[in-house]
Amino acid sequence: MSPPETLVDKLDSPWLGVVLGVAAVLGMLTVNVLFLVWLERKVSAWIQRRMGPTEVGPFGLFQTLADMLKLLSKQLITPRHVDKPLYHLAPLVVFVPVVAAASLFPFSAGLVLQDLDIGLVLVFAFGGLAFVGIFMAGWGSNNKYALLGAMRSVAQNISYEIPLILASLSVVLMSGTMNLAKITALQSERGYWFIVLQPVAAVIYFIAALAETNRAPFDIPEAESELVAGFHTEYSGMRFALFFFAEYSNVFIVSMVATVLFLGGWSGPLLPGPVWFFLKVYALVGLTMWVRWTFPRLRFDQLMSFCWVVLTPLAILNLLITAFVARLV
Amino acid sequence: MGFEQILFWLLALGVIVTSALVVLPPGGKNPLYGALLLIVSFFFMSGLYVLLFAHTMAVLQILVYAGAIMVLFTFVIMLLNLSKKELGDETRTIAKGVGVVAVVALAVKTALVIETQTLNIPAKPLPAGFGGVDAIADTLFHNYLVPFELTGVLLLVAVIGAVVLAKRTL
Repeated sequence: MSPPETLVDKLDSPWLGVVLGVAAVLGMLTVNVLFLVWLERKVSAWIQRRMGPTEVGPFGLFQTLADMLKLLSKQLITPRHVDKPLYHLAPLVVFVPVVAAASLFPFSAGLVLQDLDIGLVLVFAFGGLAFVGIFMAGWGSNNKYALLGAMRSVAQNISYEIPLILASLSVVLMSGTMNLAKITALQSERGYWFIVLQPVAAVIYFIAALAETNRAPFDIPEAESELVAGFHTEYSGMRFALFFFAEYSNVFIVSMVATVLFLGGWSGPLLPGPVWFFLKVYALVGLTMWVRWTFPRLRFDQLMSFCWVVLTPLAILNLLITAFVARLV
Repeated sequence: MGFEQILFWLLALGVIVTSALVVLPPGGKNPLYGALLLIVSFFFMSGLYVLLFAHTMAVLQILVYAGAIMVLFTFVIMLLNLSKKELGDETRTIAKGVGVVAVVALAVKTALVIETQTLNIPAKPLPAGFGGVDAIADTLFHNYLVPFELTGVLLLVAVIGAVVLAKRTL
């Protein structure tokens, strides 16, 4: 089978392709993030027997749009005591890797902006970069709550990155490739999803992904009751919105990775590829929201010991067993 | 000068400038700026890897160095919590002067050597799959398996040693 033609190949100029592709990815992310914020408010309201947003548009659907316009028009306040270069750069450093990572996913057969044989590693590399921005924000804000939040966030991110990557590697061992499009195609060819053979890895991935995206019950970096808002305490207006955007995009991206690795990506009967892809992604996003509004927040030492004592050894064991089985079969 | 060459010079310049700034001000004045500038330098470096068709190396460079190793650096910086006083005043010592002279001498010598020597390496087409995951895995786990595993053991020993040393003072 020849590699499917990518979107960029179809255009005459590679540069035009890249620019258009990035614009498309940005657009997709923006629409989805706006929808996600609304969805989160609705889901939380539903779980807590409230109404959620109802005023702007049908079912309050345009509430986030109005909120975004409000944030855009707000004054950007720069506190006097901040470390200016770090403070100003931080939102961008958090934001850019997210967009870069989002441009790597196959939304359907052949519908992929950058088809790389190291796609999976690249997604994790961009994910690991977020720490730099969070750290810059926490340090640059020169505020004890922001710094504590950033330190927690960074410690949590590097710890949970290990089970996250180990769980993903189990799938890589089974499929023999790190190309996101090929992993999907393989599941489509074989007719089953990898979650069937790797249920443990899928669960480990999901838990670690919750921690990576700082979602409850692992939202310790921005625990409101202790840290005001964590690393973005000192940010206002559009800078705050960029952090928010990156956070929700990250939720979306880890769900996309999980969809590709464990749920067969765009493969599915009857409906076209992108529909299946986004259906699966939204099912996972819904699950993370359900978890967030149902479980209480963990304590920091519980969080750390859970990662190092339970998740990481389990992930290593799973990887070892996978390696042996993959060798035997 | 082709497009690739322009890219090379831009990236190389980026590496040199940012790594110099790690030790010179602002990096020299503020360790945290130094650490962050080092990340930028790693980025330019991974760009150079991409130009050499070693794209897996480029990604690993970002994942391992800009991601994981830098976390370590920043945590050490934060835990040390250096004040301006502890960093010391800017002094012009003899050692620093000697260092500058040595660096300049080395640079001049290298430039002279490169100027006089002409490398005659015939251009060869790249082997198939060069720079991909398979090629790197094959090199690491096939050709250099023993050194690779020994490095792993060495790192493990270092980690255990650090824990033992740290626990002694607790």
